[in-house]
Amino acid sequence: MRSKVTLARLVRNPQARYGLIALVLLLALAYVGPFFGPYDWTDKDFMSFLSPPSADHWWGTTQIGQDVYAVTLRGMQKSIIIGFLVALFSTGLAALVGAAAGYFGGWVDRVLMWGADLLLVLPSFLIIAIVSPRLKGASWLWFVVLLAVFSWMITSRVVRSMTLSLREREFVLAARYMGIPGWKIILRHIVPNLSSLLIIDATINVSGAIIGEAALSFFGFGIQPPDVSLGTLIAAGSGKVTGYPWLFLFPAGLLVLLVLSINLIGDGLRDALDPGSNK
Amino acid sequence: MNEPILEVDDLNVTFRGGIKAVRGVSYRLGRGEVLGIVGESGSGKSVTSLAVMGLLPEGAEVTGSVRLHGKELIGAREEDLTRLRGKSVSMIFQDPLSAFTPVYTIGDQIAEAVRIHQKVGRDKAAERAVELLDLVGIPRPDVRAKAFPHEFSGGMRQRAMIAMAIANDPDVLICDEPTTALDVTIQAQVLEVLKTAQRETGAGIVMITHDLGVVAGLADRVLVMYAGKPVETGTVDEIYYRPRQPYTMGLLASIPRMDRPTERLIPIEGNPPSPAALPPGCPFAPRCPLKVDACDDAEPELERIGTGGRMSACIRSHEIDLKGLDGATVYPVPEAPAQKEERRPRAERETVLKVEDLVRHYPLMKGAVFKRRVGTVYAVDGISFDIAQGETLALVGESGCGKTTTLQQIMQLQAPEGGTVVVLGKDSAKLAKAERKGLRRDLQIVFQDPMAALDPRMPVGDILAEPLRAHGYKDAKAIQARIAELLTLVGLAPEHAERYPQHFSGGQRQRIGIARALALEPKLIVLDEPVSALDVSIQAGVINLLEDLKVRLGLSYLFVAHDLSVVRHIADRVAVMYLGKIAEIGAVDEVYGAPAHPYTRALLSAIPLPDPELERSRTRILLKGDLPSPADPPSGCRFRTRCPKRALLGEAEARKCDEAEPAVIRLAPAGDHGAACHYPENTEAVAAPGV
Repeated sequence: MRSKVTLARLVRNPQARYGLIALVLLLALAYVGPFFGPYDWTDKDFMSFLSPPSADHWWGTTQIGQDVYAVTLRGMQKSIIIGFLVALFSTGLAALVGAAAGYFGGWVDRVLMWGADLLLVLPSFLIIAIVSPRLKGASWLWFVVLLAVFSWMITSRVVRSMTLSLREREFVLAARYMGIPGWKIILRHIVPNLSSLLIIDATINVSGAIIGEAALSFFGFGIQPPDVSLGTLIAAGSGKVTGYPWLFLFPAGLLVLLVLSINLIGDGLRDALDPGSNK
Repeated sequence: MNEPILEVDDLNVTFRGGIKAVRGVSYRLGRGEVLGIVGESGSGKSVTSLAVMGLLPEGAEVTGSVRLHGKELIGAREEDLTRLRGKSVSMIFQDPLSAFTPVYTIGDQIAEAVRIHQKVGRDKAAERAVELLDLVGIPRPDVRAKAFPHEFSGGMRQRAMIAMAIANDPDVLICDEPTTALDVTIQAQVLEVLKTAQRETGAGIVMITHDLGVVAGLADRVLVMYAGKPVETGTVDEIYYRPRQPYTMGLLASIPRMDRPTERLIPIEGNPPSPAALPPGCPFAPRCPLKVDACDDAEPELERIGTGGRMSACIRSHEIDLKGLDGATVYPVPEAPAQKEERRPRAERETVLKVEDLVRHYPLMKGAVFKRRVGTVYAVDGISFDIAQGETLALVGESGCGKTTTLQQIMQLQAPEGGTVVVLGKDSAKLAKAERKGLRRDLQIVFQDPMAALDPRMPVGDILAEPLRAHGYKDAKAIQARIAELLTLVGLAPEHAERYPQHFSGGQRQRIGIARALALEPKLIVLDEPVSALDVSIQAGVINLLEDLKVRLGLSYLFVAHDLSVVRHIADRVAVMYLGKIAEIGAVDEVYGAPAHPYTRALLSAIPLPDPELERSRTRILLKGDLPSPADPPSGCRFRTRCPKRALLGEAEARKCDEAEPAVIRLAPAGDHGAACHYPENTEAVAAPGV
């Protein structure tokens, strides 16, 4: 079967294999790691401020006595969740909007693509920066929605053009002549046949969203305290990087590793799903 | 036979992964000789020729020997081969569009081919290019040489390709399905050009094709391939009239013949083996009606039969020879289902589809920002026909004549641009949404390409369940039962429901497509070239299935096709289309027996017959030029620019063709036959011999 072949190809690709291993290890670290650390992320050790890594505080402590290990892992959890949710939303939105625009054509196409173009020309960073402080107190999920809303447009244009050619394929015609409604054809025939594109896109979106989240949080527009993410931690640690490098190096290093491993998987997936794309 | 120019000995090609595409092919080609290599898709015929040219990709392992004028080509250096290609050996490909570089003019490309191998100046080469284009019958060659490939029609490109191939007087011309992508009238022209080219150059031709009709008229000797191996070789008469290998016998018996329309087709059961998993022993044994236990022991080698160069790879060849068996006696003739009841006369039967003055014009737009209309494509321009219950109407014509557009207009069940479409008594323009959906139950379609028509991401069971679910089947058990029933009906097994389309062969996929069309027990099925993508031996089975289903389920068919032999076989009535109009319509016997429109006559005479003797003796009506553009159809009669009859008319008579557009007129009050011609043929002249 096709999926088996794809999986075999993915595992055979050394880059993707290392990416997968690294991602599994990082996920394990983020979600299993906290159970092994001696401190909870909310604990404050008033006996040690800004102490370097030691047997007690593995990755050192912050200026208010938080355990860097616990806090970083907590921040990483948040970053990963945001990354995956944004990718899921934005790719899903791209698929639905693009496929609907391409399949129905006419005014549906014009309205949807006009909307996409509008979002493309708006400065997304600025808008999120303006809107997100107003969501103070609201759920961090709003932040996910904001990130997703500004990241689906280009994929949806690609999906639309691929739908235009799929729409003329005979199996789609067959379904239409059977009297099957358009939205069902989109869900049943068009989107599944674009799955390789969508899977690759979603993977790349994960790393994009993680970086986007980190960047916004760095400037204080993203995740709001007391909650933490890799972005807020990097922001907090960046000022003291010369004197107390552990505050900065651990979250920044993990961010780089996380994005790198996901990108490696994304590249591997692209090669596995359509070989010849980079030959 | 004179000194051979090309000798191929025990050629083997193995692709990565141990796929043996060609196994032990040997042949000799003499000067001026035409060798036909015949086989179904996947039989290794194209790979053989690519191996001869040294054009196989890396990773293909080629062993054996290929000698050109006694010089070994296999293992020769690439530079030496490059010098030979185009000079001593030329190749003509199936798809002439991809064989030309789109950014250079045709003339430049032919001139380039001349200059690579001959020391001539730029001007001389350009002159030679024009000469060559003239030779292959391109009108106004000096002007057309400056045209780009996309400005040429398919037939013209193929001629230009031939011109390029003979530019350096090659000794061997390898033609790989040179006419498969072309329409019959154009095919007839191109084959004529090939014969001229051979006369001019005296080259030996290797003609690779699946069309046994083309080979019959052109080849001196024939090599039949199956599963990468030659199974029979001999002169063209020997192969066609006295085949001695069961596969060849079956292949010849499975072709629908215009001259024997009423006989039931004889399919070869099963599918060709995959080259990755060949059965032990004879590869044809699993499909062979003459199989004995000894067939599974070892693969038979080519063995000489009788005197002369006759060879066959079958352990029972001598027995077949002695008993004088042929395909029709050896292969089981599938029983035709008995007609349930006496057919009522056509006038008394219900009309399932009535199309009247159907019009579909497409606007031609220009401009990026402000689109303006610069013209109109007259895709379908006022056609009328009807189909009675239990009847098959075939819509035939060359590509671009509007068949597909007609079909789409019917299937959409929307109000057409002009005219009316009435399906089962309901006018498509006056349908409410629910009614339209209800009508879709009774109107189904089978597509041409069996791979594209089935969603590759759905298992067969889901594909068949889709129309059922869409039309109110809720109960999962009932759906399961119906799927099993449908699969059995089209000759597949119920357990096939769990597999995906790509696990099936072309013929099986087409059966799945038919099963899907049957799911809702429709009354009318539109068949869009349902067998043109299939090999002949498979095609026969699908045609038989369609005939059986029609009788058993009381279906009516609208059968769109370009293959007139298939139409002759399956249809009750036929409508010939030309440039968006119907040229001739009537009962098949009358249209084929006494074609009245000059276009129909030319079309019928252009079909190659799988009978060497008939092919040699018949004279073809060759049409001039190509189909005019549907955006700019000729005034008056649309066929007048190519009409052979008009040339024979007097000036006053011919003027009528230019000025007045002929309507379809019934030829005889009693018969079911009409033609759109001012001067229809009324003599009993026969276009195709034996018909």
